Amino acid sequence: MDREPKTSSKFFIHATLIIGAVIMILPFVWMFLTSGKTISESTTMPPVIMPDDFQWSNYSTVWKSLPFVAFYWNTGLMIAGRVLFSTLFSAMAAFAVAKLDFSGKNLFFGIVLTQMMIPAQIFITPQYLLVQNMGLLNTVTALIIPGVVSAFGTFLLRQFFMQLPNDMMEAAKLDGASIGQIFSKIYLPLARSGLVSLGIFTALFAYKDLMWPLIVNMSQDKMTLSAGLASLQGQFTTNYPQLMAGSVISLLPMIILYIIFQKQFIEGIGNTGGK
Amino acid sequence: MATQTATKKLSKHKNREKRENRNWGWFLIAPTLIGLLILNIFPVIRTFIMSFQNVSTFGISSWIGLDNYTRLVGDPEFWMSFRNTLIYGLVQVPITVILSTIAAVLVNQKIKGVQIYRTIYFVPMIAAPAAVAMIWRWVYNSDFGLINNALRALGFSGNISWLSNPNVVIWSLIIVGVWSAVGYNMILLLAGLQEIPKSYYEAAEIDGAGPIRQLFHITLPLLTPQLFFVVVTSIISAFQVFDTIFVMFDVTNPALDHVQSLVYKFFNESFVLNDKGYGAAIVIVLVLLIGIVTILQIIGQRKWVHYD
Repeated sequence: MDREPKTSSKFFIHATLIIGAVIMILPFVWMFLTSGKTISESTTMPPVIMPDDFQWSNYSTVWKSLPFVAFYWNTGLMIAGRVLFSTLFSAMAAFAVAKLDFSGKNLFFGIVLTQMMIPAQIFITPQYLLVQNMGLLNTVTALIIPGVVSAFGTFLLRQFFMQLPNDMMEAAKLDGASIGQIFSKIYLPLARSGLVSLGIFTALFAYKDLMWPLIVNMSQDKMTLSAGLASLQGQFTTNYPQLMAGSVISLLPMIILYIIFQKQFIEGIGNTGGK
Repeated sequence: MATQTATKKLSKHKNREKRENRNWGWFLIAPTLIGLLILNIFPVIRTFIMSFQNVSTFGISSWIGLDNYTRLVGDPEFWMSFRNTLIYGLVQVPITVILSTIAAVLVNQKIKGVQIYRTIYFVPMIAAPAAVAMIWRWVYNSDFGLINNALRALGFSGNISWLSNPNVVIWSLIIVGVWSAVGYNMILLLAGLQEIPKSYYEAAEIDGAGPIRQLFHITLPLLTPQLFFVVVTSIISAFQVFDTIFVMFDVTNPALDHVQSLVYKFFNESFVLNDKGYGAAIVIVLVLLIGIVTILQIIGQRKWVHYD
């Protein structure tokens, strides 16, 4: 809507949005404040809002008790592996489906659509048995495997390639370019915003994945941030300041990335929900 | 004669182009095709077969017919998880969609700071569910948690056992689910709102329609395709709820029965109790449930979704 609302309704809109924003952000603020409290400060009634003296020691205790460096490293490698492979392979397949004419293409796209419609839990046990048979349990490779190809990515990028005109293809062919060159030199760079959207989407959902890392990597030095944090619970059952410090440590990388790339995040995810 | 050679040449050229298309096409789809077959298509078949088997730790299986399914029917814990999944989906989704729509319409207004609101509402989306669940465990703490303390400050008794009262736990889960999903769906709906042509509003203005009438006669009807997409995907992901349950409720929590979902039960049977055949049967039920609900929605969309 382009019109500016009236001042009275503006006030009402702001009030509603501010209440919503507070609800969204308050749990995180409470997490941060608790992470700086002593146990007794976190368990007094009525509650203390600000820690008297911010207890950074909660962070060092948690940091020492769990291999967070390994968690960061494993999570980073998992994200890098999944983003790299699935973006490249999806772009290749999407270009073929959108711009080339060959028999078998529709069958392939049918498989892509089928995969997208089936709930992921149905894949997990056989994928687990596969990884187990290959002797890859407790490795970073195991974390990457289910994400090397992406039906969703293929579907998404196909839409981007379809929007690009066909005549560039004909012109390049007359100039003697091969299909591989046309793909990598002409069409791929033009689909950049699609690639970025898919990359952000893949990275975010890899970071958020919990069940798969939990089942394939039981040994602590191969865990991701999500799985590691879930295991933290067992160690510090009721020490909430330390549990909250652990939560801050595992949220921090994504929050920093979000602050830097918020526009790309929001536009990228918005792109992935198109019709 | 001359035209014949020309056609021959042309068809030769066409054939070469056809061959090139085919070779490159298969080369380009090969990695994804092989990956999808190994990681997705074959596993679907295998899970289906496993649901009729007794699977040992190393994947050696024996045929047991419908035993897993008859066991499901007689397993009260399964029916509870089925019920919990349905309640969660049928309550969390409508609330999420309504709040997301309101949020999307409001952040689509021409007012100051909309960008900041959008950024803040989206924050729960970028947080790992394990951390989100950990934070909410603390927020829900019955003695020292944020919510009960706030209730006490407002003069209520404030001793709700959010994480252990069997009648409350599913609502605690729903609240976290709504809180996590509103920002994401808001962004998807906002994309739909921005596609509505401005001229519609200008015309309505000339006809003297106020903002409320514009909302119900222009904005919402034209948003229905996007709303349909959001409802379908929200129900699918609501029926797969797992992470928050896993982190918020300990295995020893006596209220777990009243909150565990089908996916939680699947995880527990397959990877904690190591009964992968029984777990497979649970997944098959989940897939059927999601499939039926999605098909019903696709049939039902004709009644309410407007395509121009």
